[in-house]
Amino acid sequence: MSDTAPAPRRFRSSGRYSALRLLREALTGHRGWTPAWRKAEPRKQYQVVIIGGGGHGLATAYYLANHFGITDVAVLEKGPIGLGNVGRNTTIIRSTYYTPENIRFYDFSLKLWEGLEQELNFNAMVSQRGVVYTYHTDGQRDVMTGRANDMRLAGADCIELDRAALKNLIPPISLDNHRFPVMGAFMQPRGGTVRHDAVAWGYARAASEAGVDIIEHCEVTGLRQAGGRVTGVETTRGFIGADTVCLAVAGHSSHLAAMAGIRLPIESHALQAFVSESIKPFLDVVLMFGAGHFYISQSDKGGMVFGGGIDAHNTYAQRGTQWIAQEVAAEGVALLPELANLRILRQWGGIMDMTMDGTPIIGRLPLDGLVMNGGWCYGGFKAIPAGGYTTAHLIARGESHPLTTHMDVGRFAEGRTFDEPGIGPFPWMH
Amino acid sequence: MLRIPCPHCGTRDEVEFRYKGDASVRRPAADADLAQFAAYVYERSNPKGWHLEWWFHSAGCRQMLQLWRHTVSHEIHAVGTAQERLPTPPGVTRSASGGAAST
Amino acid sequence: MSSSRRITAGALVEPTAPIEFEFDGRGLVGLAGDTVASALLANGVRLVGRSFKYHRPRGIISAGPEEPCALIDVQGVGGRAPNRPATTVSITAGLRATSQNRWPSLNVDLLSINSLFAAMLPAGFYYKTFMSPGKAWERLYEPAIRRAAGLGVLRDGRSDAVTHGEHTVHDHTDVLIIGSGAAGLAAARRLQGSGLRVMLLERDVVAGGGTLLDTRWQHWRESALTQLTADASLQCLTRTQVIAAYDHGVFAAVETLAQTGPNGLPQERLRVIRTKRVLLATGANERWIACDNNDRPGVMQAGAALAYLRRYGVAVGARPVLFANSDWAYESAFALHEAGVTPRAIVDPRRESAAAERARALGITVHAHSVVTTVHGRRAVEGVQLGTLDGAAGSSLDADCLLLSGGYQPESALATQAGGSIAWRDELAAFVAALPRTTGVVAGATAGAFGLAAAASDGAAAAERIAAELGVSLTAVDDDTRRTPVDPVVTPLQTLWEVPGRGKAFVDLQHDVTVADIRLAHREGYTHIEHMKRYTTHGMATDQGRTGGMLGAAILAAARGQAPHEVGLPTPRPYIHPTSFAVMAGGEVGAHLRPVRHFPAHAAHVACGAIFVPAGLWLRPLVYATQAGWEPVLRESRAVRSAAGIGDASSLGKIDVQGPDSARFLDYIYANRFSSLAVGKARYGIMLREDGYLLDDGTTSRLGAQHFLLTTTTANHTHVLEHLEFQLQVNRPDLDVVLTDVTDQWAQFSIAGPRARDVLQKVMPGVDVSGAAVPFMAALPAQIAGVWGRLFRISFSGELAYEVAVPSSSANEVWNALLEAGRPFGALPYGVDALNTLRIEKGHVTTAELDGNASAHMLGFERMLKADGDYVGRVLAQRPALTSPDRAQLVGVRPSSPRARLRTGAQLVESAAPTRTLGVVTSCTPSVLIDGWVGLAMLTDGKRRQGTRLLAVSPVHGESVEVEVTTAHWFDPENARVRA
Repeated sequence: MSDTAPAPRRFRSSGRYSALRLLREALTGHRGWTPAWRKAEPRKQYQVVIIGGGGHGLATAYYLANHFGITDVAVLEKGPIGLGNVGRNTTIIRSTYYTPENIRFYDFSLKLWEGLEQELNFNAMVSQRGVVYTYHTDGQRDVMTGRANDMRLAGADCIELDRAALKNLIPPISLDNHRFPVMGAFMQPRGGTVRHDAVAWGYARAASEAGVDIIEHCEVTGLRQAGGRVTGVETTRGFIGADTVCLAVAGHSSHLAAMAGIRLPIESHALQAFVSESIKPFLDVVLMFGAGHFYISQSDKGGMVFGGGIDAHNTYAQRGTQWIAQEVAAEGVALLPELANLRILRQWGGIMDMTMDGTPIIGRLPLDGLVMNGGWCYGGFKAIPAGGYTTAHLIARGESHPLTTHMDVGRFAEGRTFDEPGIGPFPWMH
Repeated sequence: MLRIPCPHCGTRDEVEFRYKGDASVRRPAADADLAQFAAYVYERSNPKGWHLEWWFHSAGCRQMLQLWRHTVSHEIHAVGTAQERLPTPPGVTRSASGGAAST
Repeated sequence: MSSSRRITAGALVEPTAPIEFEFDGRGLVGLAGDTVASALLANGVRLVGRSFKYHRPRGIISAGPEEPCALIDVQGVGGRAPNRPATTVSITAGLRATSQNRWPSLNVDLLSINSLFAAMLPAGFYYKTFMSPGKAWERLYEPAIRRAAGLGVLRDGRSDAVTHGEHTVHDHTDVLIIGSGAAGLAAARRLQGSGLRVMLLERDVVAGGGTLLDTRWQHWRESALTQLTADASLQCLTRTQVIAAYDHGVFAAVETLAQTGPNGLPQERLRVIRTKRVLLATGANERWIACDNNDRPGVMQAGAALAYLRRYGVAVGARPVLFANSDWAYESAFALHEAGVTPRAIVDPRRESAAAERARALGITVHAHSVVTTVHGRRAVEGVQLGTLDGAAGSSLDADCLLLSGGYQPESALATQAGGSIAWRDELAAFVAALPRTTGVVAGATAGAFGLAAAASDGAAAAERIAAELGVSLTAVDDDTRRTPVDPVVTPLQTLWEVPGRGKAFVDLQHDVTVADIRLAHREGYTHIEHMKRYTTHGMATDQGRTGGMLGAAILAAARGQAPHEVGLPTPRPYIHPTSFAVMAGGEVGAHLRPVRHFPAHAAHVACGAIFVPAGLWLRPLVYATQAGWEPVLRESRAVRSAAGIGDASSLGKIDVQGPDSARFLDYIYANRFSSLAVGKARYGIMLREDGYLLDDGTTSRLGAQHFLLTTTTANHTHVLEHLEFQLQVNRPDLDVVLTDVTDQWAQFSIAGPRARDVLQKVMPGVDVSGAAVPFMAALPAQIAGVWGRLFRISFSGELAYEVAVPSSSANEVWNALLEAGRPFGALPYGVDALNTLRIEKGHVTTAELDGNASAHMLGFERMLKADGDYVGRVLAQRPALTSPDRAQLVGVRPSSPRARLRTGAQLVESAAPTRTLGVVTSCTPSVLIDGWVGLAMLTDGKRRQGTRLLAVSPVHGESVEVEVTTAHWFDPENARVRA
């Protein structure tokens, strides 16, 4: 897909990763490894400045450099890269959405995930183990049938499982012994999990190799504009000029947009996640409980990774609450009774941009040269490859990628919302 | 879990309440235009700091409450009934504390 | 094992109460009061587990919940509990424990072959390989990695034998004291008599903390506890571990109970504590030192050796060597010496210290200015190699255990979670914690007050600060707890993190993270503490980095050429101690996952043989039949179409609206008008959200000039009630209206069908129920089967129909009376499925169509939108996106062939190879009016497509059915039946 030749190397490469290299380094005490990404110092001016060294910011930089031929790019991160939502989520990838527009976008992302490790030469452990959704009423089955068919028509995969098939696939599941007996399930076999940290590191390394400056500990404090056009960013490390500035700071988009005087259709809310102690293989798929807010998978390290609903109130605090933990655990035990004896190790929270319709925003903001990738709600992690690719497309080509034309910020005022659950403009309820 | 001091019922756990969003935006007058209504429904300042917000005490007095709450520390500065004018937290200007209404 | 290591009396064990238990199938005897770990040590068992990655033999490191290595699997009669620290599991008669992560046995673990490839398996090796071919990850590499990873086994195949959690306890207190060591006890004593409610929580089986290990403190401790336990204003709970701190003074704790659960371990329950202030006195954890082979069974925290001796009377070895950098750690050596086990030697990097002087005076050899460079032995410690930090080699000592102490790390995690901070203290080489004034105070070792007397004094001072904060004055303590034993004079510690070497020096023992791994992470640019942690998995195991967390940070700091405080510690997330799902779930298990809402006439429905279906929390009668399937549903539907049916609609939300401005309020809430409604009449209404899309629909009746009864759909009841309160209190405070939710107060039954009037007449004898007296949309007070209630002439089925509402307390009798009255006319009870058949035929929408994305125009309600007057959603409802026909419109669909069946969720497409969907079948049913299936659909430009044919496809099921697009309102469009 590369449009141009690679950028000239201006630093020592981290080299190619392989089993052979690992063996060679083992013989010399692993002294030959070098930093996965270059710790760049800011220059005065860039063609593109991306604010946010998370999954989307790094992916956008990677695709700009490797697929759209723009290597004069800086990624600015106020702390170390990859410690926001890309490093705080429950690692699930899927394209199980209700509108054809969103299905196509997320399925494009799945396709990019499928070839990602070879492309980045970094094993992010993309594991297409399948994502399973239980249903408990006729009404739920009907809605899921509609979604499954929508997915199939949009080119994604989805199948229905009856109770016997479900029990066979997930032996520990309890189909009957709880308040909401399981009637059946739908499954996207291509869905699965990815080692989340590795995504940030892998994109950072590949972007850095292509010449992108990844500048950590550089907080943006203001957006400079002249003549109705953005000219650069004020940072804790001085002014950095840019032809195009891209916000990729989901969770904090409102805060950055306010620097340009823009009010977004976004609220920040915390979604909690949990991980248990490590156990031998227990659950081989990602499992979503249809009668509540519980979902779970098992990491390669053996920990059960799970989560629940969001905390209703606006917050920028990356911490959990007690009552959600209780609710999540109760639903977990209802679905997989043997979890009762498993111990939970950690609880944490991530801050999400919750948009007014639950669908993300990729598009231009009302200031020339300012584009945005954000509003990811629950979908940010799984969208990283497609979000990065389409944002790079928007920056490089000056127009939205065909898969993201529906994600513009103007849709709200016009009422063209993509409200999958039909909740309305109440972000905390999405 | 937040502990919200309801002026009617006393301090209660968050689970007794339902969050109802940003209270700094107020419904435009009936003759306002579409753009004003769209701004009211969709646009939020979403501050990292003090936030004026609605809570409904659904398992208590069933009254709408206004809260000044900090979105990082979660400290609650003031609570009041729906039509009360609350004291603004330190450092918050009047325009940020409800000035967004029906502009 | 013949030679017992139990050499003296222990404070916690009963010498006359032997208990038999099993470890790896081997019968062992311990004493009542023993943990599995103390009993194993007493029996001379060293090898207890295998490590995560290299499967190295591992023993017991600690004497408490910080244990990283000795994790066991406990099996009870009804479940198993993996990964439990042997240091916290008390032995009980018949306890069955096994080691983990080894095959075939603990002694001969074939996976220890991983050690041979260790050089190929540095931190993060998996990020650099296993990448091709693409599919090989899921098929080949990942399953192998997953089988090797993980420690214990959860699955036991007895998924029905669930450990049910105990019910959660909710506490409210003024001051929560966490930790009952010298600081916590002194603080509690200081607050006595203040009038403040105090809760004192101790994770250990007994209160006392560090005072339990120092015989000089016995009198003080016992005296304090006597005073405290006599005080009713103070609640003291032992075996209660605080696991997390949350906002606004909320803490979560796990209390261990006396009775054994099905998993063979004591039951536990959650306590959620709300407090005005917290006093954190959680002590400090002893740190590990990184030196070669510091993981061999027999290497142990120095403090743990002291604990095993004092608490259980067990000597952890016969020839111990102590390797420590502070005077405090010497106490272990002194205690062992006093008990008759003279340490082989003490190794101390310092040149001199007060403790070393004391040791020498006791005749213990001290190797000053020395370090242990390597541990000899494989499955057990056999000796140590000495040297200096400059690299000079020293002598080799034989030993059977090595007691390590690298200093102490205050247990600061709770303080950080509660919004506090940590600060580096050079003289302690440690981070100490502090809390914001309005949250509480940190005291004792957690705040850097090392030494028991210092901690007690600090605890009392902390109590005074909290009392002052709460505006309470304290009286002077006047008893012998005022005076404490005096702390020994100590020489400052010498910071020591690692002893350079060439072997494996472990930092995180459970995750097999070594010094080399941390250096590698640094070399590869993972230099931030959070990056290093994630890259190496350092500090992420079940012990949460208690023994090695600070050590890892210090080694990273050294690699960065910085001081530890410039690197910091990773954010400590809940939980302080791993907590089981069972505890968190509490009593909300099985049928108690959620409350059940029964209809007021639930008993009558049960008696009628109803099958129930969940709808939110409700259980609604789905069909009255012994088995599911369409036949009984259609029998009920036919009864309604041909005779009569009796249905229960009690789950519809009912909101009573009263006040002088009720009509004006409803005009503001509904898109259509209600002020024009006559008293005694009902009207169908639609309400919008402010964004213009439909929120809900339902029938609202005017019971009086200032009195309305509003009904909502079952699903949206709560939303609508809150919406109304919001609009009234926030946007229309000018209106004098009172809203009351009366959903649970009224049972509401429908009587539908051509014979409905006959049925009604029988339960309203002597009352004129003619069409003239009770016209369509009438809403009247009425006595039904002798019970005063309300009568509505409204219809969802499209038939002549009534709904009668009676107080919930009379629901069963009125339901039975209706059935009885209907029997002569062939009336049947009908459930939700039949109701669905009837309303689909009639073209009425439910939440399947009114799904939150439908506008009035999409559902054909555009003529209901008022032309004048303000109402919620008025402005934004007029946007083209909500009114344009290229959004979906409600239509009817039916298969071209009467033999073909429809499926809800089928997509409507134009061709067999569609590129896009035009719409979706939202509801469908076999019809009792025509031959075949009928459905409703939301279809793009649907009105214009009526009369055309499309395909209803369900690729998931391999189905494709040709359908004809019709109007949704093909049945009795004139409403002749309804108005009959």
